Amino acid sequence: MTATIDRSTTTPPRPKRGATASREGTGPVRHSRRTKALVLGGVVLFTLYSLAPVWWLIVSATKNQSDLYTTNGLWFSDLHFTDNLKALFTYQDGIFLKWLWNTLYYGVVGTAGMTLVCVACGYGLAMYQFRGRGVLMGCIIGSFLVPHALLTIPSFLLFTDLRMVDTPSAIIVPSLFNAFSVYLAKVYAEGAIPPELLEAARIDGAGEYRIFFTVGARLMSTGAATIFLLGFVGSWNSFFGPLVFLRTPEKWTVMVGLYSWLKVKVDTSADLTGMVVVGSLLSLIPMVILMISMQRFWRSGVTLGSLK
Amino acid sequence: MAAVTEPPSRAARLGWRRIMALKGASFTVPFFLGFLLFTVTPLVMALKESLYSEKGSGLGFGEKTVEFVGLDNFVEGFGDGRFWASMLRVGLFAVISIPVIQIASVGLALLLDAASQRVADRFRIPLLIPYMIPGIVATLIWIYLYSPVVGPLTPFFDLFGIDANFYGGELIWVSIGNLMAWSGIGFNMLIVYSALRSVDANVYDAARIDGASEWRIAWSIKVPLVRRSLVLTTVLSIIGTLQIFSDTMLFKSMAPETVTRDFTPIMAIYDWAFQQGNFNYASALSIILALVVGTASALFYRLTNKAPTS
Repeated sequence: MTATIDRSTTTPPRPKRGATASREGTGPVRHSRRTKALVLGGVVLFTLYSLAPVWWLIVSATKNQSDLYTTNGLWFSDLHFTDNLKALFTYQDGIFLKWLWNTLYYGVVGTAGMTLVCVACGYGLAMYQFRGRGVLMGCIIGSFLVPHALLTIPSFLLFTDLRMVDTPSAIIVPSLFNAFSVYLAKVYAEGAIPPELLEAARIDGAGEYRIFFTVGARLMSTGAATIFLLGFVGSWNSFFGPLVFLRTPEKWTVMVGLYSWLKVKVDTSADLTGMVVVGSLLSLIPMVILMISMQRFWRSGVTLGSLK
Repeated sequence: MAAVTEPPSRAARLGWRRIMALKGASFTVPFFLGFLLFTVTPLVMALKESLYSEKGSGLGFGEKTVEFVGLDNFVEGFGDGRFWASMLRVGLFAVISIPVIQIASVGLALLLDAASQRVADRFRIPLLIPYMIPGIVATLIWIYLYSPVVGPLTPFFDLFGIDANFYGGELIWVSIGNLMAWSGIGFNMLIVYSALRSVDANVYDAARIDGASEWRIAWSIKVPLVRRSLVLTTVLSIIGTLQIFSDTMLFKSMAPETVTRDFTPIMAIYDWAFQQGNFNYASALSIILALVVGTASALFYRLTNKAPTS
């Protein structure tokens, strides 16, 4: 799939800003007032479409169960947010808190390990010429095409043999080996590490491993942060894996837990709608924090993600 | 060190090169060991599993035996009407929803590109918010929005005298399509938008001097320039849509009559493997699905890349 890489999509934000400046420099586009209004109107409409559902979630999280059914979904009624939180965290001995913790734990441990493994691999592939390198790259690109569903069933059998089913390692260990992250790491390494620098370090007598930790890894820190960010988001959002590999509710992740609560309504007469709404809203908080605090990495990461 | 003090002999240098290459290769060892265990092994296992079948002996008494049955599972899979019905369902959905989502994304990117820098900066992040929402949560939100009891959409359509049942058989794919559009447009828009931004502005100026209208510029210059990004996002969408699972699983919870357990190919595979416990047949179906996904992506890629690109 590398053949599809478009030069333009690989451009990180920085050069873009230069391009826009030059665009403004050559004289602003003279749009008629009508065109301007059309453009603005279109963008505003799309924005409303994007934001309204999230707004609904925020508003609904503050309502009690009966208001949820009877009042206007897009505006507040009596505020019951703290009651809802209390109900959420005490339901079934605070199992939601446990799910939050699990998701965070699987995400942080798995993604940190994955970042180390994949950055090292990408660095090795980018910076060294060795036999079999082409074959290894081919494996990575080829694996992008393998559907996850194809792997899930035999993985389940394999994990049963390895006694990994229903343990955290069934989620964490396989997530360490992410072909796409290796690909990203390789692209970053090629762009961020000048080979001359490695030569210089070699002449100074540094060993290859020392060069990686003192020079390579440092120069790749932005790339590593992006890989971590994308990996963590992926692990936080993952559903199929945890659904298949985790059996005990105490080991579930937030997403599987919310799904089980949604299903409850069909199986029994209990209605957990309020719980699902508040739980969904809470599950967004780590994403929001991550996105805000790592905006710089995230923007370039999203565009780089298009390389796939 | 030797490299600095005295020029080493050719043989020594070659040896040093080889050691360096080996050390470089060793960086890739942890990944490829894991890759071998968690990607290649399952792949080989899937191929092997699909060639076997678990057979109960006699009247269902005694131990079950595993027999080599060759391509029987595949023959059965290729003739499985319900599996292909699910494939057709998802295929039809992909054929309609992917172009609609792509056109909307390009439209939005063009709008943003035509807007002033200030407007673009202000709206880009809000437009991306749906992309940040986890897939499951996005589905949950929309399931509730569609719900005739909790959601505001049914009363809204009631105002116009439309009795909309978003979980019903007629509308369910529209409901799912809207959900996918909501989650996907922002991301696709960003890719196309960044491709548009990297275009040299002089190209547009030249076109303007030649008397091209803004519409003409958008259609004849901007759209062809982002074609490659579009091919890319479309291939990704094809792969994703044919494998749709979690969205439909969640909809199944709310509308079990409409969304059956073999509603999509992956749901059928999941059902065979984990509800019926027939891993062999499920493996064969997975391989068939992988073949279909691969063929569809390759075909699309071939067709769209035939014409010379700019």
